[in-house]
Amino acid sequence: MKIEVRGLDAYFRSTHALRSVSLGVPANTVLAIIGPSGCGKSTFVRCINRMHELVPGARQTGQIFVDGKDLHARGVDPVDLRRRVGMVFQRPNPFPTMSIYDNVVAGLRLNGIGGDHAELVEKSLRQAALWDEVKDRLHTSALSLSGGQQQRLCIARALAIGPEVMLMDEPASALDPIATAKIEELIRELRQQLTIVIVTHNMQQAARVSDHTAFFYMGELIEHGETEQIFTNPREPRTEDYVTGKFG
Amino acid sequence: MGEVAARHAEPSGGRSSRTNLPDRAWAVSLTVFGAAVLVVAGVIVGALWFVAAPAVKTLGLWNFVGSRQWDVTRDLYGALPFIYGTLVTSAVALIIALPVSVGLAVFLTEMAPARLRVVVSFPISLLAGIPSVVYGLWGLFVLVPLLRKPIEPWLARTHFPLFSGAPIGLGYLAAGVILAIMILPTITTISIEVLRTVPGSLREAALALGATRWEAIRIAVLPYSRAGIVGATILGLGRALGETMAVTMVIGNSPTISASLFAPGYSLPAVIANEFAEASGSLQTGALAALGLILFAVTLLLNVIARLLVRVSQKGPARVAA
Repeated sequence: MKIEVRGLDAYFRSTHALRSVSLGVPANTVLAIIGPSGCGKSTFVRCINRMHELVPGARQTGQIFVDGKDLHARGVDPVDLRRRVGMVFQRPNPFPTMSIYDNVVAGLRLNGIGGDHAELVEKSLRQAALWDEVKDRLHTSALSLSGGQQQRLCIARALAIGPEVMLMDEPASALDPIATAKIEELIRELRQQLTIVIVTHNMQQAARVSDHTAFFYMGELIEHGETEQIFTNPREPRTEDYVTGKFG
Repeated sequence: MGEVAARHAEPSGGRSSRTNLPDRAWAVSLTVFGAAVLVVAGVIVGALWFVAAPAVKTLGLWNFVGSRQWDVTRDLYGALPFIYGTLVTSAVALIIALPVSVGLAVFLTEMAPARLRVVVSFPISLLAGIPSVVYGLWGLFVLVPLLRKPIEPWLARTHFPLFSGAPIGLGYLAAGVILAIMILPTITTISIEVLRTVPGSLREAALALGATRWEAIRIAVLPYSRAGIVGATILGLGRALGETMAVTMVIGNSPTISASLFAPGYSLPAVIANEFAEASGSLQTGALAALGLILFAVTLLLNVIARLLVRVSQKGPARVAA
């Protein structure tokens, strides 16, 4: 297992956002997290790169292992962890004052990664299927890109520092169908090199891109299994109600 | 009333002059208010010009602006020492206040717990309300003696040309430090507001890339707020340039130009305030009015430069969508 979560509870002040969640994600697979709004999907992925603990009043108990190492063990630096566990957010958030090139390089500079930056930029932008669209204007503002391009730029920025795990928090929810299709294709390709956890409220998307699916409801993990099984033959009635659109 | 309402209800929208009447009345009255601002500014400049013009003509414009002699008994009037004093003290004030203010604003918005922010920002805004004459008194009784001993002798040991000469306390440095304290709340409170508009998503973008808190501030927060912080600095600078009372009390009031910050000097507003009431003859009065015009021009010029700086720094990648 690339990621192993055991008995994870997460809180925001008095709100109990995640209740005793346990699951594993094998290497080079895509796990989709589905569930209605407020079910703890985002909190769950934000625990995996320790972004959750940055929110004032947030805390968590339980264990998360990446490559068998406990994230909360002594001596684990969250800054180092986030270099290995990248994240893409719901809304594209390129650095608005930087060019396309500088956005991709930002993580390399932050982490003191040397080497041929121009080459790494090209490689990352190609991986993010953005290279052909931007190769002639790498030094223009990142904000000159469309929303879908900005999101792929954010993916390229996250890929540049060479993460092993990529967390995606509804990466296509602010995008149009064509841009969404590109992101989904990208996810299927990135699985060759990375382990991906993607939060989505779009069940078709989960069915299209993931190997495994986890259904969260009210902070609890209701069901977790192979994507096909979750969508065609769910064991839990609540899962069935959700995937067939009876609620949510 | 009823008729107007009925016309509004018409599906065609009824763009007759009657329904437009309230709109027009608004537009006209707001235009008048807006124009009034320009008229007031124009009248002030005009009145100063009326008083200043004969004196400047007598003295010669370049002789007036370029001369460093100001000797009322010999009817010598040169503006340079005052322009110099105003610029130097404001520069000292900015050099001290800008890093402290921005640092404080960053600390309070990015690092400090919310409760501390409230506790600290209240006295900061209180500082902005202290009358400048009180700052002047504090300067005379506390700051000037402190500068005389130990600060200025200690600075003199650096052998930096700016810190040379007799450590008398009164002078450019004292005025600059007082001004720094006076503009600190302005720059700090506005910078806090600016920093609070930085979207959390940018901070998270940096942190998720493996940035430390400080790195996130450096690559995501500060670049986004640059234009706003420059704006805050312009406002602070405006106050520093025009400040009269506190500067008069600690600058030493000597119409000379010295390279050392320890030396006493003079500033444009200070000399106007000190000499205008006892000005003898139209030449001195006119020269003082001309100093007022120069102050106006200096303020305007620095504002324009600062605004251009913002525009240039926003060109290209820096233009930020809302």
